Amino acid sequence: MSLEQLPLLQQLMLVLAAVVLFTSFALLEQARLVAAIHAFAWQGVLVAMVTAIVAASGGLAHLFFSAALTLALKALLIPWMLHRLVRRLELDRHREPLRRPALVVMGALALVIFSYWLVLPLVQQELLFTRNIVAVSLAVVLIGLLMMVIRTQAVAQVLGFMSMENGLFLAAVSATGGMPLVVELGVAFDVLVAMILFGVFFFQISESIDSLDVDRMTRLTERAEDDS
Amino acid sequence: MSQAGWGLAVAQALLYVALAPLLAGWIRKVKASLQNRRGPSVLQPYRDLRKLFAKEARMAHTASLVFRAAPYVVFIATWLAAAAIPLVTTKLPTAAMADVIVIVGLLALARFFLALAGMDVGTAFGGMGASREMFVSALAEPAMLMAVFTLAMTAHSTNLASVVDYQLLGDNILRPSYMFALAGLVLVAVAETGRIPVDNPATHLELTMIHEAMILEYSGRHLAIMEWAAQLKLLLYGVLLANVFFPWGIAEGTDPAALGMGLAVVVGKLAVLGAALAVSETVLAKMRLFRAPDFLNLALLLTLLGLLSHVILEVGA
Amino acid sequence: MIVASPLVLAGSAVALALVSALVSLYSARVPQLLRQLVMPLFALAGLAALAAGLGALVQGGVAVAELPLGLPWLPWGIRLDALSGFFLCVIGVVSFAAGVYGRGYVRGFERGGDSLPALGGFTGLFLAGMLLVVLADDAFLFMVAWELMSLSSYFLVAFHHDHAANRRAAFLYLLMAHIGGLSILLGYGVLASFGDGFAFDAMRDAELSFGWASVAFVLAFVGFGMKAGLVPLHAWLPEAHPVAPSHISALMSGVMLKVAVYGFIRVVFDLIGQFHWQWSVAVLAIGSVSALMGVLYALMQHDLKRLLAYHSVENIGIIFIGLGLALLFLSTGHPVVGTLAFVAALYHTINHALFKGLLFLGAGAVLHSTHERDLEQMGGLLRRMPWTGVFFLVGCISISALPPFNGFVSEWLTFQAALQAWRLDSGVLRSLIPITAAVLALTGALAAACFVKVYGVAFLGQARSRHVRRARRVPHSMRVGQGVLALLCLLLGVLPTYFIDLFDAVPRQVLGRGLTQASAHGWLWLTPIAPETASYGAPLVAITLAVALMLGLWLLGRGIRRVRRCDAWDCGFAPPTATMQYTASAFAQPIRRVFGLLFHIDEGLEAQHNGRLRHHLHVSDRAWGLLYMPVARLVERAARHVVHLQSGNIRIYLGWTLATLLVLLWITA
Repeated sequence: MSLEQLPLLQQLMLVLAAVVLFTSFALLEQARLVAAIHAFAWQGVLVAMVTAIVAASGGLAHLFFSAALTLALKALLIPWMLHRLVRRLELDRHREPLRRPALVVMGALALVIFSYWLVLPLVQQELLFTRNIVAVSLAVVLIGLLMMVIRTQAVAQVLGFMSMENGLFLAAVSATGGMPLVVELGVAFDVLVAMILFGVFFFQISESIDSLDVDRMTRLTERAEDDS
Repeated sequence: MSQAGWGLAVAQALLYVALAPLLAGWIRKVKASLQNRRGPSVLQPYRDLRKLFAKEARMAHTASLVFRAAPYVVFIATWLAAAAIPLVTTKLPTAAMADVIVIVGLLALARFFLALAGMDVGTAFGGMGASREMFVSALAEPAMLMAVFTLAMTAHSTNLASVVDYQLLGDNILRPSYMFALAGLVLVAVAETGRIPVDNPATHLELTMIHEAMILEYSGRHLAIMEWAAQLKLLLYGVLLANVFFPWGIAEGTDPAALGMGLAVVVGKLAVLGAALAVSETVLAKMRLFRAPDFLNLALLLTLLGLLSHVILEVGA
Repeated sequence: MIVASPLVLAGSAVALALVSALVSLYSARVPQLLRQLVMPLFALAGLAALAAGLGALVQGGVAVAELPLGLPWLPWGIRLDALSGFFLCVIGVVSFAAGVYGRGYVRGFERGGDSLPALGGFTGLFLAGMLLVVLADDAFLFMVAWELMSLSSYFLVAFHHDHAANRRAAFLYLLMAHIGGLSILLGYGVLASFGDGFAFDAMRDAELSFGWASVAFVLAFVGFGMKAGLVPLHAWLPEAHPVAPSHISALMSGVMLKVAVYGFIRVVFDLIGQFHWQWSVAVLAIGSVSALMGVLYALMQHDLKRLLAYHSVENIGIIFIGLGLALLFLSTGHPVVGTLAFVAALYHTINHALFKGLLFLGAGAVLHSTHERDLEQMGGLLRRMPWTGVFFLVGCISISALPPFNGFVSEWLTFQAALQAWRLDSGVLRSLIPITAAVLALTGALAAACFVKVYGVAFLGQARSRHVRRARRVPHSMRVGQGVLALLCLLLGVLPTYFIDLFDAVPRQVLGRGLTQASAHGWLWLTPIAPETASYGAPLVAITLAVALMLGLWLLGRGIRRVRRCDAWDCGFAPPTATMQYTASAFAQPIRRVFGLLFHIDEGLEAQHNGRLRHHLHVSDRAWGLLYMPVARLVERAARHVVHLQSGNIRIYLGWTLATLLVLLWITA
């Protein structure tokens, strides 16, 4: 099934999936935390739109609800909470530029090509369209994990974790038409609780060691503890 | 058909040359009105060119034949590149010459001689302009060619007329690859034509110049030709963006009604693009030279994502 | 008119080269002999080779002969087919130009203390070696001729041996030539063992499994790649090419590297005969890296000849990108596109020979007039040396791949081949090939930047030092040599269909099919795949440019309307002096800053005791620290262990001899 034969809604889904991939690159490269939070919010909006389109084209009513839930949670509530946290920790002017931006971007592109190669064996004709979106979602997950590896700032790592979750959600929605509503509600609740816990913990860590740099939290190791 | 066809091709080439200062004037007018000024008339660039042609041309003592010949080479190479791009209709005999890589090559030839002209006089400003121009273009070229490749891989041809025809054939297709290629190409066009945020075409401070520094020593008819070539390059990129990505409205034959409509549509599209450029120039500030790589890396990333979305999302198996 | 068969012409070319070597032995006593007899003989040898090559291409058949030399059971065989003919043309045309140029150039050596017999003798032997490599029909003659080529060029590189740096460069060159030669010999060994014989015909019929074919491929790739100058085995190139005399540098960069390409094509495409996509990925990767690293290193140089040597690395990378694409498309079942990529690589081969030869001859002319190789001392040479300046400009435009000259045609053909990647089945390859093409585009743009720098700093502007301000014009013969190559650059750019038809016998013989559709739409349009896919009207572009240029100059220039001269703009301060111009390092600074991670840059500003500041800038090749020094240290450590064998006691040596003899007798029993 080539691009010309797909109905308009599914073409729109492809466009949105491509833009989701772009936002995950933007998240990876952003030096300013506030801008990264906005990129994450846009990613949430786009994933919600994809969910709505799947709901419209498949006639699955409960997906509309889950689209609204994603919008409220991923695009509004969680970014607001992170924004508030960042302002309380006085990190809103903090800039953390990447040390080797060219290498990081090349690595992310390699991850995209790799995830495409991984899903190639799924060659069933009906799944062809969704297989490509699954490739994009897998790439988003891997790039989120890459972001957690590259970034030293703890809030940025949370964003990476959340974008992984976005990718998984996108894969679930496009490949199988969403999960049962109970599972989705459970996952959403877990994410919310995780956010609250992150907020509490970060505040405590910041108070005690006056920094949220993850590279400084290396006390739990076998080497002799002779640091001050 | 061949006589009328070649006549139309020549007319299209002349139309390019005639429209170029109008586009520059329009952009200046929109910028002025955004800044609450009345601004110069839209026909002012024509008057400027006429004034410059009447003035005497002078050369520095240290300038050589390259300096003297460069304006002509730059203008003709840019004109030849522009004349091949379908402006009003796609069915011209020059359509066979409209190979995208040839167009990029001709623009590179123009840039080569422009940079040499900058270095010819032996002052620091010319060298600086040449160095910066080659630097910016070296980073912009891979992004531009990636966008071109995305188009070529989709339409299976590097001929612009074929690409436009392919786009016109398929109706209502949303391609993520074209979207990304368009975004990347817009950024590349801004860098290559020397507009804000990469270069300020209206600056008088030598240390902020890129394009202006290379033509700093030119006067009289030489300066007129160089300025006209720069306007022609801007028109070239505008037509490329307008007619390749949004080709609806372009004539597909040579009957007068279709031609008239094609002309009106392309003038409208260029007016919209010019206004958009004016808005972005007013809103953005010029970046320092070493932030230009970030700008062009973003363009490269967009075009690479365009190619990857073409391969991953658009092609079936 | 005497019409000799191409094989006889080729033989006479070799003979003429050897005669020129012999005659130059007398030039110790009669110095003018070098200029008056040896160089013309050399040029004649080049012309004969060119004629032989053209004859072989036009006739298209295969001519074989056996020489009465060699081993009793393995006489030396000569073979002249289309592939050899093509490379004979390449060798011949550049040798002819170098010979004509050399007449004026060697005049500068007549009064010095350098050995003239060595110069003439080894040059003749060098040409003879290269010709025999291309003509060889069995591995034995190939290796003998290869050694002859390497050794004679070693002596030429070490010609100015009074400088220690030149001796080191020559030693490095010899070392790497021999390591490469060893690898090639091992490759031939693999082929010969499966083919039962060292003759190329036997090797062609050999049946190799994928594993053994890959072993042979890797050995050939490493060996020929080292000689061609692929990264990371390129370190000898920028050391050796600059220190040789300039017409020799032109021959080495323009021709010897192509002989290595010939070897690769002969072994991989002809003798091994199998195509696998894994090989193509390796070739593409190394080709792209070489192209990019070559041009980036070239941008950082301000020694003119070293810069040109690094550009050779870049262009060899581009040739191998073309060959890699050919391997890829041929192995995945797209013969038409594979042939296109092969033809693109061949076209770039001859293009590079022409414009690199031209640029090195120009650099030699500058060296001859100003005794200066450093760009930072040059300037304003266009006014002192107008013809050299114009020819050098042609070379710069050609190497930057700009229309209407020849560099653009081969780059266009390579892009067209890469853009057919949509035909491939593998999605991963379909996304990687355009990325390779984007890297190629980046190298093209960087090469243009580099040559704007070179031409602008050396020929335009004002002279930066006294001896450059007083540069003399070069002798007539040097200008003619450059002019021939410049004219050919223009012709190959404007009439590509004609030349592709001329070279069509090569893909037909090596791959089994030609690229007939390229000129199927008349001599005006180059249509490699189909006219709707892509077409380039080279003569049209060239004629339009020329006509419009002349029209414009006539209309606006009104003949020789004098333009009034005045001072340059100086912001109202003191008039600009020559030292206020942009230097070569300054021109490349933005690029150096952006790509700085890839090099080892040592830049500093120190205050001297007399109050002035001193700026120093050293850019060195990272390959030294990453590859060469560790390998050298490893070899030294291994050698220190092996040296224990050398105990000094004669009885122990005899004991080793006895042991070896026993083992050999046991194995062969």
